[in-house]
Amino acid sequence: MAKTRLETGAVLDGFTIGELIHRGGMASLWEVTREGDPTSCLMKIPVLQEGEDPAAIVSFEMEQMIMPRLKGPHVPRHIANGDFAVQPYIVMERLTGETLLPQIDHVPMPAEKVAAIGAGLADAVEALHRQGVIHLDIKPSNIMFRPTGETVLIDYGLAHHRDLPDLLQEEFRVPYGTAPYMAPEQVMGIRSDPRSDIFAIGCLMYFFATGVRPFGDPQKFKGLKKRLWRDPVPPRKLRPDIPPWFQEIVLRCLEVKAGRRYPTPAQLAHDLRNPTQVQLTARAGKLEKDGFFAVLKRKGEPHRTLIDKPLEREAEASDAPIVAAAVNLDDMTPELAGKIRRTLQRILERSPEARLAVLNVLKLNRIAMDQSLDDEGNNKHVARLVGLKDWTRPMKVAQGRVTYHVLEAIDPADKILDYARVNNVDHIVMGARANSTMRRILGSVSGKVAMEAPCTVTVVRVRGAEE
Amino acid sequence: MRLGIISDVHANAPALEASLAALAGLKVDRLVILGDVVGYGPDPEPVTQRIAGLVTQGAICLMGNHDAAAVGAKASMNDGAAAAIAWTKPRLSESSRGFLSGLPMTAMLEDMLFVHADASNPADWIYVLDAATAMQSLLAVKARVTFVGHVHRPQVYCLTATAKVIAHTPTTNTAVPLSPQRQWLAVAGAVGQPRDGNPAASFLTYDTGSRELTFHRATYDYEATAQRVRDAGLPERLAERLISGT
Repeated sequence: MAKTRLETGAVLDGFTIGELIHRGGMASLWEVTREGDPTSCLMKIPVLQEGEDPAAIVSFEMEQMIMPRLKGPHVPRHIANGDFAVQPYIVMERLTGETLLPQIDHVPMPAEKVAAIGAGLADAVEALHRQGVIHLDIKPSNIMFRPTGETVLIDYGLAHHRDLPDLLQEEFRVPYGTAPYMAPEQVMGIRSDPRSDIFAIGCLMYFFATGVRPFGDPQKFKGLKKRLWRDPVPPRKLRPDIPPWFQEIVLRCLEVKAGRRYPTPAQLAHDLRNPTQVQLTARAGKLEKDGFFAVLKRKGEPHRTLIDKPLEREAEASDAPIVAAAVNLDDMTPELAGKIRRTLQRILERSPEARLAVLNVLKLNRIAMDQSLDDEGNNKHVARLVGLKDWTRPMKVAQGRVTYHVLEAIDPADKILDYARVNNVDHIVMGARANSTMRRILGSVSGKVAMEAPCTVTVVRVRGAEE
Repeated sequence: MRLGIISDVHANAPALEASLAALAGLKVDRLVILGDVVGYGPDPEPVTQRIAGLVTQGAICLMGNHDAAAVGAKASMNDGAAAAIAWTKPRLSESSRGFLSGLPMTAMLEDMLFVHADASNPADWIYVLDAATAMQSLLAVKARVTFVGHVHRPQVYCLTATAKVIAHTPTTNTAVPLSPQRQWLAVAGAVGQPRDGNPAASFLTYDTGSRELTFHRATYDYEATAQRVRDAGLPERLAERLISGT
């Protein structure tokens, strides 16, 4: 192997090596520049020494395979890979600012602040999962932020790609991950469940809101496995000011069986952004750990039965879609309402893990200051919420599967589109305006939504209802 | 160099033509046929002649167990396969028989090995069906990348530094990078009789520069081929499986 001496000023494949930014156990990070490219880049070079843990090499190979295949604002842009036969490296975009790690000096933080961090993190993980990648090492030191606010996930050394051979799968007996954040199935060697990342987000939120790691930081396999049967202290026991909705969300993320967690990060982010709509269960009110006998019973069971079996086919986000129904309460015939509800029911039946968000846009007056009270002094917002629930009631959707949202906007189409983008909505269902004269004058909301939406749009129309 | 790799054409001319047309679009530099030119399908003579023509233009073609049986080798086969071979034999011209008899059992190119079945003992026609048989094949060869057919279901195996085998089911049209520090074995799907639940012809490309392996599909009128299998009096099961892809 012809090794280039790595030092400031050296040139490697056209990259001029600048200052050493970080030297870690697995890799060192250097600032590099390339002629004709004004952007600052980062070169990651693995520590490869004789007798070194082979996992370090395999993990670097995986990162070289996965990073070039990722795109979007939630990952560092990949620039180049160095050949293993000469000098392995990865050159990527250099992100400014710090990771989330220094923030652990400021825990516990208010639940609302942690929920905001968690929602941004869930957005990033959702973007990754949609590209077929499970991160499997989500922790504060692997989380950064763009100046525009997006959360960025770094370090793909333990990641799993749905469409690539997983070189870490069979190679090593010990599970790979970071002890405080590792999901129970990951402890048991399963690397193909996207919901392992949801568990890690739950660990992070628990830690940031309470100042305590839910499962400590065990260093041995035996200690890691304890999370299969020993539940964490409920956050509200540690910090009584934590609201029930927050504990509900965190404990759902920390369910031992992956099937009981949020099916997708998008659904988790939606709950974190809509705390008043979180369906509270026994998790929210729990103030003590499970009793001695319950834990003893779990501990005695075969460990494989405590976790969910690996998925036959790796789940795709579309199996648990967020469906948004945009409902216009002022201008809808009973026929159209019935038809929209039937359309929604068919979608919900096909996808048992789908979530339904029922939206209504309260149109604001463009000129005058709008008043939120109507002539009788009723709050319009509350009245609309009640109206939406009544509209949805005939569908008999299970509580907890449906949320109601009254949005305020001058342009309803823009607001619906904005909602769909922010919440990673997969499917918008809405009715076409019945009256064609009205549509001519006011323009078509559904037409604009269908044209500009980031997802599937179903426009429901009753045949023969045109005037 | 980009290689186009096809296998198990099994006397299915429309499936072969659909695959060759798709490979032409993918701009491959050289073609490799991993054996089983004939057997099962209704077009033994035209398919053999077409592939013989490709070989004169530089393609590599290997011997498959059905090819060996069609030119007289003793073979242990199930009833359907044996019936198809009996049907095939009198339908091959002298020149086609000559071409099939002359096919090599293995071929090497750079760091690649091509063989119809398990590489540890090609003449035994052992199916590379799982990690254990893949291991047997991988340990027997020096080649960095081995390409086999015979199984009719696409799969990729990798021998790791600690002598374990990783199995990976490839996704169509998604490139798999084969890292140079380890040994790989790719099982091509079948052009003429896929068995992975998808009736479309299956084949792959391998870019020796970027070391990227990509599996592809090309659909064709398999119902028409199935009808010709029936019209030829071949076993009904051979027609059915072209439509179901199993």
